Amino acid sequence: MQDTLLEMRAITKTFPGVRALDDVTLAVRRGEIHAICGENGAGKSTLMKVLSGVYPAGSYEGEIHYDGALAQFRDIADSERSGIIIIHQELALVPLLSIAENLFLGNENARAGVIDWRETNRRAQDLLRKVGLRDPATTRVEKLGVGKQQLVEIAKALAKDVRLLILDEPTSALSEGDSQALLDLMLELKAQGVTQIIISHKLNEVRRVADTVTVIRDGQSVSTIDAGGGITEDAIVRDMVGRSIENRYPPRTPRIGQTLMSVRDWCVHHPEHADRQVIRRVSFDVRAGEVVGIAGLMGAGRTELAMSIFGRSWGQGITGTVEMHGRAVDTSTVSRAIAAGLAYVPEDRKSLGLILEDSVTRNITLANLPAVSRGAVLDERREAEVAEGYRADLGIRTPGVFQQVVNLSGGNQQKVVLSKWLFAGPEVLILDEPTRGIDVGAKYEIYGLINELAAQGKGVVVISSEMPELLGMSDRIYVMNEGAFVGEMPSHQASQERIMSLIVRE
Amino acid sequence: MSAIDDTAATAARPAAGVGAYLASNLREYGLLIALFAVMGFFQVVTGGTLLRPINVTNLLLQNSYIIIMALGMLIVIVAGHIDLSVGSVMGFIGALAAVMIVNMELSIWLAALVCIATGGLIGAAQGYWIAYWRIPSFIVTLAGMLVFRGLSLWLLEGQSVGPFPREFQVIATGFVPDVLPGGAALADMLGVRNFNVLAFVVGLLAAGYVVWSGLRKRAQNRAYGIEDEPRAFFLIRVGLIAAVLVFILYSLATFRGMPNVLITMGVLTVIYAFVTESTTLGRRVYALGGNEKAAKLSGIKTERLTFLAFVNMGVLAAVAGLVFAARLNTATPKAGFALELDVIAAVFIGGASMSGGVGKIVGAVVGAFLMGVLNNGMSIMGIGIDYQQMIKGLVLLAAVIFDVYNKKKV
Repeated sequence: MQDTLLEMRAITKTFPGVRALDDVTLAVRRGEIHAICGENGAGKSTLMKVLSGVYPAGSYEGEIHYDGALAQFRDIADSERSGIIIIHQELALVPLLSIAENLFLGNENARAGVIDWRETNRRAQDLLRKVGLRDPATTRVEKLGVGKQQLVEIAKALAKDVRLLILDEPTSALSEGDSQALLDLMLELKAQGVTQIIISHKLNEVRRVADTVTVIRDGQSVSTIDAGGGITEDAIVRDMVGRSIENRYPPRTPRIGQTLMSVRDWCVHHPEHADRQVIRRVSFDVRAGEVVGIAGLMGAGRTELAMSIFGRSWGQGITGTVEMHGRAVDTSTVSRAIAAGLAYVPEDRKSLGLILEDSVTRNITLANLPAVSRGAVLDERREAEVAEGYRADLGIRTPGVFQQVVNLSGGNQQKVVLSKWLFAGPEVLILDEPTRGIDVGAKYEIYGLINELAAQGKGVVVISSEMPELLGMSDRIYVMNEGAFVGEMPSHQASQERIMSLIVRE
Repeated sequence: MSAIDDTAATAARPAAGVGAYLASNLREYGLLIALFAVMGFFQVVTGGTLLRPINVTNLLLQNSYIIIMALGMLIVIVAGHIDLSVGSVMGFIGALAAVMIVNMELSIWLAALVCIATGGLIGAAQGYWIAYWRIPSFIVTLAGMLVFRGLSLWLLEGQSVGPFPREFQVIATGFVPDVLPGGAALADMLGVRNFNVLAFVVGLLAAGYVVWSGLRKRAQNRAYGIEDEPRAFFLIRVGLIAAVLVFILYSLATFRGMPNVLITMGVLTVIYAFVTESTTLGRRVYALGGNEKAAKLSGIKTERLTFLAFVNMGVLAAVAGLVFAARLNTATPKAGFALELDVIAAVFIGGASMSGGVGKIVGAVVGAFLMGVLNNGMSIMGIGIDYQQMIKGLVLLAAVIFDVYNKKKV
């Protein structure tokens, strides 16, 4: 049972000018769940690409031994034939096809090119049962939430007789509840004998499911920790960043002032189904110097709430009032919301926060171009100075402010989005999942920045699916469920259990 | 002395150097090199006909309306859309001008004003559906292409209408009179029949401006710490552009001076280049094309910008329509047929991206000239229209493949 299924020996992979992997060793035992941890850019994804044949044999140094033999995969199809299947962070499903069609895409139940639909749907239903998904196999994938789509991906892997399942940040887009379900499924698959590799930033999850943890830092395998010896989060963090982070949330003494923003009786309907009310009479306040957390499961309506307040960027039939300093303000378009002193840092920074092909500078000044122009004419020198200022203040790691943001790591991209909104000079910032997909070191820096904003007397609203983060960062927490606020508590009285019970009780 | 300084500066920079710079800016050099190569090639094979003063003048006149429309098309494409109706709109405006001026004998100025306003309205009508109803621009303007083609036919009742009065033809075929003294003396000295001093001086000024702005940009880049163009490249590039400008205007000077159209074209190009590169409006259009959702969430009024891009396109198509009608001295139902494709091709050859957010005014203008020189050179050589079409198609394909290949390599 404990023999080795996969052994990657002394893997070195270089790109022009960069050594992405340097003598990395990884041994995965048959039937275990093996976690790989490391900061963004540490080389985790590169390692998995070497394993799956995206970088074919010969393009790297070192050896891969799989199932007792030397493996030399030429491409993904080759590694999949051996039962190695990767589920990427960005899901690769075709939204307009049904679950069943997606499950067997490229692998259809067909004779001479003609698909046997009965067989397809029957097998699909079987697979769905295995992953605990109860939707009919004929449902179109676009109708499913991210959590369910993740399950479809796993079912798809099972359809291909998976022997080594690799999950790359599987829970980064999932809510707490969906994450737990996914982790349970992983344990169940393990019981059925499927060996798994999980790449994750979330150490509590790693601790829960992993038998072994390998930590990679700067392209090198730093350590391998066995669950037998007890995995502690602190030990992993220490190895990941090469230093110990005593406190994962920087300390702060809140100095809370007057109420800055009040939202009253906010109601929003679904943009396509006018009769479906998504946000129900939500009221809340944000005070100067305060960090307000909004907790809730995926789909609770938190992003919809934030976006509908910020220039009615989501939904229709919106009613309710937004007050700044006790006076009702018009937030009906984004530019009016900005003028009223609001800023919204979206959850999905790549598609909603950044112009990826544009430079750091152009992204930072975008929401406040008048401040870097005379009349309508841009002052490029001033723009560059502004960008340089934020680069220094926020520690944006980039070769230069004229670098395209697409070349930056997730954490640095997020700092660019934050810089854009800081430059717009808001009084209240709504941060939607500000640390999603960001490594531990960058997270700490972002927390520090949130604290600094609060210290400057700004109001900060943090929406997060990571409860420890909310508990560690907020002064006050609202709990949201199914479009309504179901609870409010100062964070010193809050606990994960208390928040969860409020959600479940509804 | 300066040579030694230069070597030191190059050595101080990371080893990447010239090769890497060339690789990362291949597209812009490629376009210029292609233009020069094509011009050189046709100059040789046509036995010098291509760059004869009369042909240079012709080249400008022939391509003026394409270039005028390419300015608007670049903005539409950068904003992430396309306009298939410009050829038809151009033809329709020409027809409208003919009916008003020739048949109804309205004043030229009034007619021109009505035409340009109509162009703007047409752009607004199409832009409205595209911007506020989110109907794909391909569909809306495809419909527009058919509608305005039909309207031209209806308006002209299937006939050609012309000729235009002399004052109207001047728009396209007139020349700027020489207001500077000394023309006759210089003509004698140079041994040419006449010499338009104004044209030559404008050439010198334009070349001077190119050098000055190039140096300024370089100084700015250095101040911001942007990777610099190696000095040799900079000198060759700026030197060549300046030399070509002087040469073209010199050619024109020895013929009949500057065509009115050149002024229209030049002024519009400078204005549009400035607006797209140096104003908040231009920046917002690039942001809109780069990522519409992110732009919208940054407070940019994306719908209004899209709408305005089409209004602008309509106005420029109208200007082109007037120039075209004046040049042909008649309005025909066939005018502008398939011209939208030349305009779109020029913009893509000039480096714009189909997915929006990328492209420059200067690129579009050079792209249009490249196509123009190809057309003109092949016609002089007597190559049949069949081969011409094929060659132009392949050039477009090659340019875009080159783009995509470059992008992948990085």
